[in-house]
Amino acid sequence: MRFSALRLFKEALTGHKGWGPQWRDPEPADAYDYVIVGGGGHGLATAYYLAKEFGAARIAVLEKGWIGGGNVGRNTTIIRSNYLLDGNEPFYEFSLKLWENLEQDFNYNAMVSQRGILNLVHTDAQRDAARRRGNAMILNGSDAELLDTDGVRAMYPFLNFDDARFPIKGGLLHRRGGTVRHDAVAWGYARGADMRGVDIIQNCEVTGFRIENGKVLGVETTRGFIGAKKVGVSVAGSSSRVMEKAGMRLPIESHVLQAFVSEGLKPFIDGVITYGAGHFYCSQSDKGGLVFGGDIDMYNTYAQRGNLPVVEDVIESGMALIPALGRARLLRSWGGIMDMSMDGSPFIDKTHIDGLYFNGGWCYGGFKATPASGYCFAHLLKTDRPHETATAYRLDRFMTGHMIDEKGQGAQPNLH
Amino acid sequence: MTQSNRLNGGLINRDASLSFTFDGKSYQGYEGDTLASALLANGVRLMGRSFKYHRPRGPLTAGSEEPNALVELRSGGRQEPNTRATVAELYDGLSANSQNRWPSLERDFMAINDRFSNFLTAGFYYKTFMWPKAFWEKLYEPIIRKAAGLGSLTGEDDPDHYDKGFLHCDLLIIGAGPTGLAAALTAGRAGAQVILADEDFRMGGRLIAETGALADISGADWVDQALAELASMNNVRVMPRTTVFGAYDHGIYGAVERNADHLIAPEADKPRQTLWRIYSKRALIATGAIERPIAFENNDRPGILLAGAVRSYANRWAATPAQSVVVFANNDDAHQTARDLMAQGIKVPAIVDTRPDAADVEGIEVLKGAEIINTSGRLGLTSVQVRTEKGYTTDLYCEALAMSGGWNPNLGLTCHQRGRPVWSADIHAFVPGEGLPVGQIVAGAAKGEMSTEAALQGGAAAAVAALGDLGITASPVDLPAAADAPVSISPFWHVKGAKRAWLDYQNDVTVKDVKLAHQENFTSVEHLKRYTTLGMATDQGKTSNVGALAVMAELTGKSIRDTGTTIFRPPYTPVAMGAFGGRAVGKDFHPTRLTPSHKWAEEQGAVFVEVGNWLRAQWFPRKGETHWRQSVDREVLQTRNSVGVCDVTTLGKIDVQGADAAAFLNMVYSNAFAKLPVGKVRYGLMLREDGIAYDDGTTARFAEDHFVVTTTTANAVLVYRNMEFVRQCLCPDMDVQLISTTEAWAQYAVAGPNSRKLLQKIVDPDFDISNEAFPFMGCGEITVCGGLRARLFRISFSGELAYEIAVPTRYGDGLMRALMEAGEEFDVVPYGTEALGVMRIEKGHATGNELNGTTTALNLGMARMVSAKKDCIGNVLSRREGLNTPDALALVGLKPVDTNETVTAGGHLMNATGPVDAAHDQGYVTSAAYSPILESSIGLGFVKGGSDRMGEKLRLVNPLESQEVMVEIVSAHFLDPEGEKLRA
Amino acid sequence: MIINHPLLGPRDAQEFTYLGDASLLNRPDWQAEDAAEAFHDYLYLRDNPAGEHRELWYHEQGDRSWLVVTRNTLTHEILKVELARDVAKAAGKAAQ
Repeated sequence: MRFSALRLFKEALTGHKGWGPQWRDPEPADAYDYVIVGGGGHGLATAYYLAKEFGAARIAVLEKGWIGGGNVGRNTTIIRSNYLLDGNEPFYEFSLKLWENLEQDFNYNAMVSQRGILNLVHTDAQRDAARRRGNAMILNGSDAELLDTDGVRAMYPFLNFDDARFPIKGGLLHRRGGTVRHDAVAWGYARGADMRGVDIIQNCEVTGFRIENGKVLGVETTRGFIGAKKVGVSVAGSSSRVMEKAGMRLPIESHVLQAFVSEGLKPFIDGVITYGAGHFYCSQSDKGGLVFGGDIDMYNTYAQRGNLPVVEDVIESGMALIPALGRARLLRSWGGIMDMSMDGSPFIDKTHIDGLYFNGGWCYGGFKATPASGYCFAHLLKTDRPHETATAYRLDRFMTGHMIDEKGQGAQPNLH
Repeated sequence: MTQSNRLNGGLINRDASLSFTFDGKSYQGYEGDTLASALLANGVRLMGRSFKYHRPRGPLTAGSEEPNALVELRSGGRQEPNTRATVAELYDGLSANSQNRWPSLERDFMAINDRFSNFLTAGFYYKTFMWPKAFWEKLYEPIIRKAAGLGSLTGEDDPDHYDKGFLHCDLLIIGAGPTGLAAALTAGRAGAQVILADEDFRMGGRLIAETGALADISGADWVDQALAELASMNNVRVMPRTTVFGAYDHGIYGAVERNADHLIAPEADKPRQTLWRIYSKRALIATGAIERPIAFENNDRPGILLAGAVRSYANRWAATPAQSVVVFANNDDAHQTARDLMAQGIKVPAIVDTRPDAADVEGIEVLKGAEIINTSGRLGLTSVQVRTEKGYTTDLYCEALAMSGGWNPNLGLTCHQRGRPVWSADIHAFVPGEGLPVGQIVAGAAKGEMSTEAALQGGAAAAVAALGDLGITASPVDLPAAADAPVSISPFWHVKGAKRAWLDYQNDVTVKDVKLAHQENFTSVEHLKRYTTLGMATDQGKTSNVGALAVMAELTGKSIRDTGTTIFRPPYTPVAMGAFGGRAVGKDFHPTRLTPSHKWAEEQGAVFVEVGNWLRAQWFPRKGETHWRQSVDREVLQTRNSVGVCDVTTLGKIDVQGADAAAFLNMVYSNAFAKLPVGKVRYGLMLREDGIAYDDGTTARFAEDHFVVTTTTANAVLVYRNMEFVRQCLCPDMDVQLISTTEAWAQYAVAGPNSRKLLQKIVDPDFDISNEAFPFMGCGEITVCGGLRARLFRISFSGELAYEIAVPTRYGDGLMRALMEAGEEFDVVPYGTEALGVMRIEKGHATGNELNGTTTALNLGMARMVSAKKDCIGNVLSRREGLNTPDALALVGLKPVDTNETVTAGGHLMNATGPVDAAHDQGYVTSAAYSPILESSIGLGFVKGGSDRMGEKLRLVNPLESQEVMVEIVSAHFLDPEGEKLRA
Repeated sequence: MIINHPLLGPRDAQEFTYLGDASLLNRPDWQAEDAAEAFHDYLYLRDNPAGEHRELWYHEQGDRSWLVVTRNTLTHEILKVELARDVAKAAGKAAQ
């Protein structure tokens, strides 16, 4: 059933009786050509593009809980294509272009809203780094503008310009960056995949892989064995736990990133602002809540909750940047488990096991990557070749010395 | 204005009359009132508008779970949006305004949404607003954003202060109702360290809201006695107005104390609120229960309240929402509301009880097995429509309705870690389940034990058990006899057939929305929540979640137990951001580190710059200089022509001592230190274990077993941390000790051809610092100015004949003044970080811009410094193929072909001809400056295979600023490439 | 979180800096034939368990001890705290 204003109008007049399930809850078949493990944004997008763009059939997405319950359901909703390195920027630019056409593509209003993202700079060295990055963005076909202090003030007069410990010296503005209604992304992909015959199977946890002679034959699940010609694993924070069942150790640690939302407020912040002298970034949702976050809690964890020191650190930074925030109230905080990789960049690659593919290591940047990650993973699953924008996301890059280290922090995941 | 709905009695101070305004209109209330109780007493029921449909609303509750009565309190920088009128303590001069309405609360233009509610069902926006594509951001979304939100921030800076503190205790008791008070008395008398915290400004919980909770004494009197005793105990800290909002790891709780929200403004220099981190050995959740509504047609009109809230208003605040109140319930507890109102002379036309077998209540008609099927009254309730058990419908005129669907344990804090509530069929509510935070216990109504007697006994028993765990013996205390009626309830969630029956009041989620979610397969509780926005309002669904789950369970045919529940996240109730910010605002966001000669530099009129937490002199403007470049050029020229002094105290300094000190440095640095002679300095390059260049600096050997290492300012802390890692974790058997001495020594660079002459004037005559006796890269411990201990290093960052001299920190200011005085004859110049930067670029020295965490020794032209003959951090992995490609980036100098052009740091480098895009990128500019010596802009940068491309011309492109400049690749050593000046 | 420092008693985790898996104590031999692979595995691969995890914490705002903390990554319960130097020394002795 196609969504449209007309359809909504008709349903409104007839008691909304015509809406059906946005996706089915089928029983798993005995075997599929493609089994995607993980019903988060990336897994659902992979299934969607496999079916829609690559003409694949007999596809299942296996989700241990409810779809969209991973990081796609608990992030701070930002999309952007403002990376520095050649290994990354073309991929994220591809992703942003997919976002720009996503809603018409999957016929679901995910509220893709390009209200701009502004990275503030506070030192000359930061400005130099911002200039290098802005130029890299433009050279890769993205957009960037370098603002001076007055340019920033014109956009956000309520920032702390007069009494700041670290004065605002300007900012790198990426106008095509913005936010998306995150849950709708999962649902839009799920509905689009389901319409194209993909079986989305919730409450189905993968407990093991059946591997013979170096080839994967399928997955063991809480709902029995499911055969598969190819298995793509896309489970974010659970990557190590799942791939361990295939005998693999990954260059990944799991960490918690907290996110926060304030009570609903009348429009205050239009776009996304990131503070350059502390851990704080913020946007305002269409409902009015200020959605913000900062740094991870730093220690390995699988618990979807953080601790108080990081809450304080993030909000101290927020107050330092926006003194008017003091009277707004924090409504809710929560945590998501991040698959932090060793250089801060992801993996979309084959494994040494024939038919087993891995997608992960997204750190806290997975949401914006959702469309391209799904598209490129689908490309790899279907063709066995990496998509042209994702050639650098190899699992063996640390062995060969081809790290993609945006922040230059080295092999310590919690610093990325 | 008379307080037409003020009753007798209550816990308000009628001697203290308070004036306040709401939407500009003046009213009177009493000390002890909340804004909501005072407005109700004044006959005001309409206090807000709902989020989506802008429905007129009054208070539903009398506490922090309130979804409806949200107001903007105060004005200007102190304006607080979304303040619950039900917990806003009344003070004289309070001013509040309604919010989310235009132009007025009574006539709200956006209430038109309510007419279109058929279109605005759950998730309607996911299905439309997609065409034409550009219209979402240009048209639809701006309208939605403007309509959304609740209250507003003014954008003015918050003028108030906030504090933070730590507290420690054996037992933290959260909630000072019967459970918490009984526990506090028990634990307090046992001598334990106790904190009793309650969100309310008056402690007592339901004891001060009920008339007959205790048998022989009024609840309020017993509470007063208990509090008086607790106040007399030094081991008990009683904290009213304190919300414990979060349960964190290892018994740490976050709490916010509202020190001054009950005042018109905080006293001077006193905080508005305090954020407490409470470190508890045990924590007792005694947070009571929250009543839940029943869903029926138009169950959201102003005047429709929860039955327990009506009792609270009547008994505690002596206020009633109306003179005529109908009760609608599925349980016995709500019958007490009717009795209490009757006792105050309020008319109760009927109790509508859904249970056919409901008990009788003396003096009131009980309509058994009946339901309320609709209500009337645009801005406030005027009547309810009742369907009797036999199916007749009748209207009851009333201006308020007290409803109750039962009570849910208030278990938010039990969910903050792994706790998942479980369904109790006894009380038809979720109760705390397994996985409570370690050290947390629950008692009383929060645990599902609903009677006062159970609360008192349960609280005392919990305290005894908790203290027992800690080895503290507590004895049972005398507790008053109390009501002990079992819960009598028959589950009833919603009246069938209703068109719009509200579940989540604030977010306007109705039974119909839950049905639609089910129809569209959003049946998992998390999907339900996200699709309908149920429970995502500022109350986190405290009054709405369970009702909606019950409706979903009905639709799926599953039990509520199998349907499950969403959980609560911190904070328990919304907390002002200011409290988390504490004092770390404005200039106090981070500590400011000043060097010992900061005051001197201030006297010179220096311009300072933030370098991490340090403030460093950036340049020293002189009279007549109007542009920073004039100052910097002068500082550079004067230094290069004569002598300059720069404060380099901020460099990290690490003392390395011990028999294995040299072996240790061999491990942490890529180059070798074992053979460095005593009295000599060597430049060192430190790698990360992944083979990437990490930090550089000089290391001086003062003795066989004593080295002094310097690090960059930025990495001082990190390098020290890593060195301790190597020492303790990788080389635990080495005899070596480290200590950071960054703060212990003030250090100054003295640079320029006259630097030696200047120093000779202050170095004590016993020490020969002639070129022969103290050559380039020499170091020594000396005395200056007549016996002041100092360290002298002959090292140069500027490329000039130069020294760095260090004295104990307390002499830094004195040394700076002495150097300036001694240097007068040479026209000595102080120079700042800008001139320092210019000179190091002229000399081709790498700093943080070049050591950016992705570059290798090879990139930096220092490949030979990674010794293959010894192990060191980063040695093995620096040899990986990807880091050693033939076209690896190499550090080069860059000069504009036309010297009028500017080299820009952050520009990218492209071949002289050919495409300009990422695929043809040849490198980038890392640093740039104007060289007054070369009279040209110059830069450093990384170029692919750059060392073999000397003389080649490249295009520097900076599309960000529409710049394109032809530059030439030159040696990074712009000045004195042979280093003759250094050695002079 | 609270870390029970072997020398200083219970200290708030805020005083510490976190590094990662305590396997970082086991630095391979730089001269071994498989050094390149061994260092890759040492520096980049992680067990990343959901459950007991031995990990390195540094008492940066304290006595500058490196500690090996055994902590459950699901519950955050801390089961054991040792001085990293002692652990490293014991491992060295065991290797000899």
